[in-house]
Amino acid sequence: MTAIDPTAHLTAEQIEELGRELDAIRDEVIAGRGEKDAAYIRKVISAQRKLELVSRGVLLFSIFPPAWLLGTAGLSVAKIMDNMEIGHNVLHGQWDWMRDPKIHSTTWEWDHVSPSEQWKHSHNELHHTYTNVIGKDNDLGYGIMRVDEDQKWHPFHLGQPLWNFINACFFEYGIAAYDLELGKNLHKRRRRNPEFRARAKAVGRKIRKQVLKDYVIHPLLSGPSFLTTLAATFTANLVRNIWSHSVIMCGHFPEGVQVFERQSIKGETRGQWYLRQMMGSANISGSRAMHFMTGNLSHQIEHHLFPDLPSNRYAEVAVKVRALFQKYELQYVTGPLPKQVFSAWRKVFRLSLPNKKPKVKTPDRKQELVAG
Amino acid sequence: MTSAALRRRAWKLLEMVTTPLLPSDYLDLVSPLRAGADLRGRIEAVHPETSDAATIVIKPGRGWRGHTAGQYVRIGVDVDGRRLWRAYSITSPTNRRDGRVTITVKAIPDGKVSNHLVRRATPGTLIQLDQPTGDFVLPQAKPAKVLYLTAGSGITPVMGMLRDIEFDDVVMVHCAPQPQDVIFRNELHDLVADKKLRLTEVHTDTDGMLDIARLDELVPDWAERETWACGPAGLLDAAEEHWTEHGVQERLHTERFRPSIVVAGDGGEVTFSATGKTVDADGATPLLDIGEEAGVLMPSGCRMGICFGCVTPLKAGAVRDLRTGEITEAEPGVLIQTCVSAAAGPCDIER
Ligand code: FES
Repeated sequence: MTAIDPTAHLTAEQIEELGRELDAIRDEVIAGRGEKDAAYIRKVISAQRKLELVSRGVLLFSIFPPAWLLGTAGLSVAKIMDNMEIGHNVLHGQWDWMRDPKIHSTTWEWDHVSPSEQWKHSHNELHHTYTNVIGKDNDLGYGIMRVDEDQKWHPFHLGQPLWNFINACFFEYGIAAYDLELGKNLHKRRRRNPEFRARAKAVGRKIRKQVLKDYVIHPLLSGPSFLTTLAATFTANLVRNIWSHSVIMCGHFPEGVQVFERQSIKGETRGQWYLRQMMGSANISGSRAMHFMTGNLSHQIEHHLFPDLPSNRYAEVAVKVRALFQKYELQYVTGPLPKQVFSAWRKVFRLSLPNKKPKVKTPDRKQELVAG
Repeated sequence: MTSAALRRRAWKLLEMVTTPLLPSDYLDLVSPLRAGADLRGRIEAVHPETSDAATIVIKPGRGWRGHTAGQYVRIGVDVDGRRLWRAYSITSPTNRRDGRVTITVKAIPDGKVSNHLVRRATPGTLIQLDQPTGDFVLPQAKPAKVLYLTAGSGITPVMGMLRDIEFDDVVMVHCAPQPQDVIFRNELHDLVADKKLRLTEVHTDTDGMLDIARLDELVPDWAERETWACGPAGLLDAAEEHWTEHGVQERLHTERFRPSIVVAGDGGEVTFSATGKTVDADGATPLLDIGEEAGVLMPSGCRMGICFGCVTPLKAGAVRDLRTGEITEAEPGVLIQTCVSAAAGPCDIER
C-alpha cells in the first residue's frame, strides 16, 4: 500500500523460495524442541509465582515506604512476566507440544481482564492471520487511531495522542473492550445479540474477580496497610499496562513498517504470507533481560513468522531470519526500545493531523537499516 | 455451619486471593504430593533388573488409593519435554510398609517411555499418576492350585501377585529369550529354593517359542489350575484357544498390554465421536475440511496452523501433521490442530 513497494524487486519464485527457507528454519526448531525448553518455561512460571507471592507478602507491610517500594516493584515485574513471557506465549500454543494440561493454550488463564478465550480469538486468529491488513487487522490503531497516511482522516483523530495515552494507562481494559469489539457492538441491535452478551458477561466476571483481588481482598488482608497496598497494586497494574502498551506499539507501529490493502491478500501464497509478516513487524534490540521482559516480543518479526514456536527460541531464530532479510534485500526494522517507542508515538502525533495526499515515503534513515 | 461447609468457604476465599490461578497452583510449588493435589508420584530409586529392565520405586501422592495385586497404573512421564502416558503393572506387594509402589519396566526397542525410564530416569523426578486399575487380579477365595503362564515383561503383574499372597501350590511357566533376560530371576529362584514355587523357564532362543501343547508335559494338571497368563498376543491367543478347547476357559485369566497397535498409514476412516459421523479421509486433506464437509461443527480460526483455535481431542488412531509429517498417536489428553492434521489411518476425533 506504500507508494514505494519495498518488495517490488522480488520475483514470485524468489518469494516462494523465501517461504521454503523460512519453513526450514521452523522445522529445525520444531525438531529440536525438548527437555531444555520445557525446563525453561517451567522455571519461568515457578519464578513468576514465587515473585508474586513474595511481593504480595511484602506489601502486607507496605505502610513502611521501603516495603511499599520493594513490593510494588516486585509485583509489577511479576505482572509483566505473567502477561508477556508466560500468558501471551502460552496462549499462542507455544507450549502445547509439552502436553502438560497445566501449561496449555486451552486451559491457561492470565492476570488480565480480557478472558483468555476471547483474547485468543482476536489476537491469535484475527491479528496474526491478517497482520497489518487495513480493515481486517484491528490491531492497527485498535480502532481508535489512524496509523497510516492512506487511512481517512476524521476530526476524531485530533485527539489520538490523548486516546493513546489513556489506552496505555488502562491497556488491559482497552484490550478487553477491543476483544469485545465494543465499538461496533454497542450499536443498539448488536447489543442484544446473545453471543455478544455472553462474551460481555464473561468479561464482566473476569473484571470483577481481578478488581476484587487487587483492590479489595489483598488490601483487606494487609490490615493497617490497606491504603498503601491498594496504591501499590494500582501502581503495579499501571506499570504493567504502560510497559505492555509500549512494547506492543513497537511491534507494528514504528516508521518503516508496512501496511497492506485488503485486496493484496486475496489468494496469498505461503511465501507471500511470510513476506507480509516480515514487512509488517518491527523488532526491539537490547539485552537478554530486555527480551525477557518483553516476553520475547522484542523479536516481533520472528514471532509473526512463527507465532507458535517457543519464545525462548526466537533469539536464535532471529539470527537466521535476519540473514534472509539481507539475502532478499529487505528492511529489517529494529532499534532500541526508547527509539522505537518514540518513533511510534511520533507517528501517532503526525497522523492525528490530516495529510493532503499519501506521501511518497522515503526510508527513515534513523532506523537501523539492514538493506542492500 | 458444618466444618465441610466452612472449609469450602475458606477455599472459595482463597480462590479469590489467587485468581486467576488456583490455590493449588501455588501449593504445587511446595508440596506436589499433598492430599488434594492432582495425583503424582516421585521416583525415589531405579534398580536395574536385567540389561534392559529396571524397577522404579515410586512414592505416590497422598491421594493414592492403593492397588490390588495384578493391577496396573498409568503414569505420565515427561520425555524430552513432552508428557507421555503409559500403563505399567505394579510389581510391589500391597502391604509394603513404606507405602512405596514399584513398577518394573522393560525397555522395548524404540520405546520412548520405557527406554527413558530404564536408562535415564533419575530419583527425585515427579511423574503423573492415575489410580491403579485392571481386573487381572486374584479372586477373593484362594484357589487350591495356581498356574502363572508368562512371557517377557508379562511377568510383571504376576510378580505383584507372587509377592502379595502365598498359595500352597503354585507353578509358573515363564518364557524369555535367555536366562539373563528373566526379570526377577534371583527372587524366583529363591522362592523355588524355599519350596514356595515350582518354576519352568523356557528359553526361547534355544528352546524355541513355547508350544502350548507342551503344557501337558510341563504342567500335567494345568487344566485343574486357576491360571493367570500375561505376555505377547500370540501366546495369549494360543492359551485362550487351548483352554476353550478343553472346556476350562473360565479358569484362564489373561492380561494384554497393548490391545491395538496403531499402524500409521495414509488416510483412513475418521469417526467424529461426539456427532457420531464417520467418513473416509485421504492422507492429504486436513481433518478440519473433512469434518466440515461431513457437516460436523468444527471450531476453527486461521486454518493455517497458527491460532490454535481448532484444537480437538484425538481419541483413537493416528494423524499426520501436514507441515512436518510428524505422526501423533492418540493418548488420553492428546489434542491436535485439525487444520494442519490429516488422517494417518483410522482415527477418532471428539467432535
Ligand atoms: S484454525 Fe488456526 S491453528 Fe487451526
